[in-house]
Amino acid sequence: MQGAQALRQIRKQKRGNYIAGPAGKDGGLPYPNRLNFYAVPPKDEVSLEEFEQWAIDRLRVLGEIETCLFRNNSTGEIDATLKRLLEKYLPLSSNNSIPESERSKPKGFAGITNERKKDHYSHFILRLAFARSDDLRRRFTRTESILFRHRFTTDDTRERAEFMNSLELDSQPVSDAEKAQYADDLKAVLTSGSRMPAEKARQQFEAETYLKVDWDRVSDLVETRRVFLRGGKAYVPNSMLLSLVMAEFSKRLDDALIKTARVLPRLDEDDRLIPILNHLSKGFTAPEYNSSASPATLSGDAISAAQIDGLSVHFPLCMRNLHTAVRRDKHLKHFGRLQYGLFLKGLGLSIDEAIVFWRQAFSKFTDDQFNKEYRYNIRHSYGLQGAGRNYKPYSCQQILMEHPPGTGDNHGCPYRHFSPDNLNMVLGSIMGVEDRSVLQGVKQDVGAKKFHLACNRVFEHLHEKELKREKDANGGSSGRETIIHPNEYFDRSWSLKNPDKARKRENGGSSSQVKKEIKDEDVTMMSEWYRDTE
Amino acid sequence: MAPHSTGDDDGDDVMHDADAMQADANGVNETAPVKSEDIVVKDELEHMFDDDDDDDEIMVDDASAYRNSTNQTVKSAISNILSADPSDPEVMLQFYSRLFPWRQLFRWLNHAELPSTDFANREFAFTLHNEAYLRYQCYPTFETLRRDVLKLNPSRFEIGPVYSARPRDRKQVPKGSFKPLEKELVFDIDLTDYDEIRTCCSKTKICIKCWQFITMAIKVVDVALRDDFGFEHIMWVYSGRRGAHAWVCDKKARKLDDAKRKAIATYLEIIKGGSQSGKKVNLERPLHPHVRRSHEILKDYFRENILENQDPFRTEKQAERLLQLLPDRQLNEALREKWESTIDRPSDDKWRDIDEMAKSTTSKTLVPKVLLEHKQDIILEYSYPRLDAEVSKHLNHLLKSPFVVHPGTGKVCVPIDTSKLEEFDPDNVPTVMQLLKEIDQWKDPIKKEEDEPSSVGRVSDIEKTSLKPYHDLFSRFVKKLLDAERTVMVKEENLEY
Repeated sequence: MQGAQALRQIRKQKRGNYIAGPAGKDGGLPYPNRLNFYAVPPKDEVSLEEFEQWAIDRLRVLGEIETCLFRNNSTGEIDATLKRLLEKYLPLSSNNSIPESERSKPKGFAGITNERKKDHYSHFILRLAFARSDDLRRRFTRTESILFRHRFTTDDTRERAEFMNSLELDSQPVSDAEKAQYADDLKAVLTSGSRMPAEKARQQFEAETYLKVDWDRVSDLVETRRVFLRGGKAYVPNSMLLSLVMAEFSKRLDDALIKTARVLPRLDEDDRLIPILNHLSKGFTAPEYNSSASPATLSGDAISAAQIDGLSVHFPLCMRNLHTAVRRDKHLKHFGRLQYGLFLKGLGLSIDEAIVFWRQAFSKFTDDQFNKEYRYNIRHSYGLQGAGRNYKPYSCQQILMEHPPGTGDNHGCPYRHFSPDNLNMVLGSIMGVEDRSVLQGVKQDVGAKKFHLACNRVFEHLHEKELKREKDANGGSSGRETIIHPNEYFDRSWSLKNPDKARKRENGGSSSQVKKEIKDEDVTMMSEWYRDTE
Repeated sequence: MAPHSTGDDDGDDVMHDADAMQADANGVNETAPVKSEDIVVKDELEHMFDDDDDDDEIMVDDASAYRNSTNQTVKSAISNILSADPSDPEVMLQFYSRLFPWRQLFRWLNHAELPSTDFANREFAFTLHNEAYLRYQCYPTFETLRRDVLKLNPSRFEIGPVYSARPRDRKQVPKGSFKPLEKELVFDIDLTDYDEIRTCCSKTKICIKCWQFITMAIKVVDVALRDDFGFEHIMWVYSGRRGAHAWVCDKKARKLDDAKRKAIATYLEIIKGGSQSGKKVNLERPLHPHVRRSHEILKDYFRENILENQDPFRTEKQAERLLQLLPDRQLNEALREKWESTIDRPSDDKWRDIDEMAKSTTSKTLVPKVLLEHKQDIILEYSYPRLDAEVSKHLNHLLKSPFVVHPGTGKVCVPIDTSKLEEFDPDNVPTVMQLLKEIDQWKDPIKKEEDEPSSVGRVSDIEKTSLKPYHDLFSRFVKKLLDAERTVMVKEENLEY
């Protein structure tokens, strides 16, 4: 053991603190631009305290961004939140904030340089903490991109132009002749949806200049048909450059994180940093609904297929809709089965009961067809077949974002995927919601794209009495957060309507709850990492 | 290698030597061991879109996987001794050994003449006659593939992506380094997705009237892929029953990641929403150039293909659906009243009624421009392509190979000549039984005496059948693709120096 310890010491001395290194090249300011694409890793030394404090400050910002995303906040709302938060934790002033005469002197610039240094270093420290798993990388890129977008859009116009020039994006300007050639098409795309008068549209188009890039550099603009395409090139108006820059930002960050993940195991000798990084990545976990791990029991007994019709009064609209559809059609398409099946699994329906449930539900099929087409699928979703992955019930986020329903599909979130008329209809026919003010509120929520608020509104309406009782019992505070998972909706609905049984269950300790949890994947990664270092 | 009595199916003698060497070097592969762990019925919950959208509802008998036995079928009069069932293993075996264009398939997927990893690391997946599904098969050359197919005699097979290593070795390479790298960008259009708007047939049935949906879809998607995205090597293939697949084979298309595939699929998608979404086409104005061009193409077909042939607004319920899609309440009232008194008024007339009624209506809320826009949306809702987008979005989605036989219909999945798109009729696509019969009935026009070889040399089996034009079409497509690949390589080399 001592030998290993000594060896590690030597290696550490040889390589030094991996953040330290030769100082940046002399002459010129280290950070001429406020914005940073984080292409060059930091090279100066930092103290351990700074290392930790800077990282924690940045993490606060990223964590808040993730919370905003979870609440489905609009860009405007996120910007407002960020403005406040950034002033406190991660300020980044523009060059304009100091007098022109001071700018060329490193001393006069010192305050700004320190801000930018903190921004730069904290970004790279967090890269180390979050490169290690797919999930962490994805979330890091997403939140960092939003942070970058916020800063980019609030940047001074001239400084932004300078920054853009430093990026060297692979684009060609569109000549006036070419612009004239495609005038009709370009104008149509530019003014699409704005319903502006013809004269104003013409003026806006005249004033616009275009860049031509390979279409896949701006695939998000292509996806939403916000650019004109010809021969594999996308014609991007200057006003949409943000999208181009953002795509480049997240692409470069993704690539860099994967590279970082590859070298991570080689950084294993530093036992001062590992605990900090480890601690940091723990702090960055999204709230996730953790449905009951053991086969759940409501009243002490396992749930059987026969109970589902009765229990369905506690289901949120998306699941009641699927339940109604499967009873009506004797069939559900693939994603419908997945969404509903995993939900039922989350309720505690065992695999055997699940087979019984689906077999009875798909009554228009013969045993043979059922066994061939569906049995495997059901067993697969319980992790008993194929990849052996134990799939979790879908969260609202997943239902809203993944797999939008196509023709003949019944899955998805009705608040998001139904037309207003059909939504009102099913709210009445399936959930029994007729109250004008509630329907009006739902309409507003949906209009503002706050689908989970609409769902919570319906929940509160349907459990008005019970919620009041609970509030009274708790001395005036309900202490509950917004529901963000269909299974959470069910659990709360069931508990409210069956307070006695629910209490018994809670005492039994198998109650499910919303909590911050670390994914299994991360835990194993970390323990492996530790093993390597010992 | 299984001996077969006729000459090679498409005169591929050139390849034989290189081929044999390759086969020796990979001796292990020749026997193509079928490990029990490779046999799965379905895999990857997220990526299987099995029962809903797939073509194959007819299941073949639960016979055990057919293995090629030593007794070879006598060459003469094959079709006589075979059952008329295209799912008969013996029929499939004849087809694979005598008619399947192995050589061209190889060149198509290999992108060059000399065997490369483009082919060797490509996944093939077989559906055997007992419905077992065999994934992650791979072959260094077309001869080894052919040999294995003749041995396993699958009822059909699918083509997956090119991986970073040989799919068979996926468990030997370090975890995480076995990844899909490339695959053609594919599209799947299937008439089942049109069931709510097609009236002539439903489910697995198909006729020339509803085939027009596919024709229109091909027109709209093909031009978008070419003009907008700049792709050139696009092959459309009949899926064997009631749909078509597109294979976009340009190098750039093959390298697209999932996010970019999704971007293209979503760009092309304008019909949105599930069974309860109400109006499914809601476009912003002015229309995007792609949508405007699509509308230009489709509006000319709308009268004949939709209004006359499908007659989609005939019944009261159907007409009510049409009214739901129109913007003005008062106009709707007037139309409803008119149609109530003339039950069974054809869709064509009803469509015309809209404009006439709009002229005479007293409605103050009706804006002509809004009505026009809604009518455009309706035309698109009833004729715009309905793509199975999930198929296009994933690099590792498997798609049925061209030229396999559809087990339900016996029809060969032939490429479609888009320059004569209107002439394509699924009814005229040859079935495997018909092709085998054609081989039997073929007489060499030049041959003088019975046992003497023909003066122009051997005639391959494909030449004797109506599969030939499709085979030629495929060969021309492959040649163009290979020429382009060569140019790209030369260009890349020039850049290096």
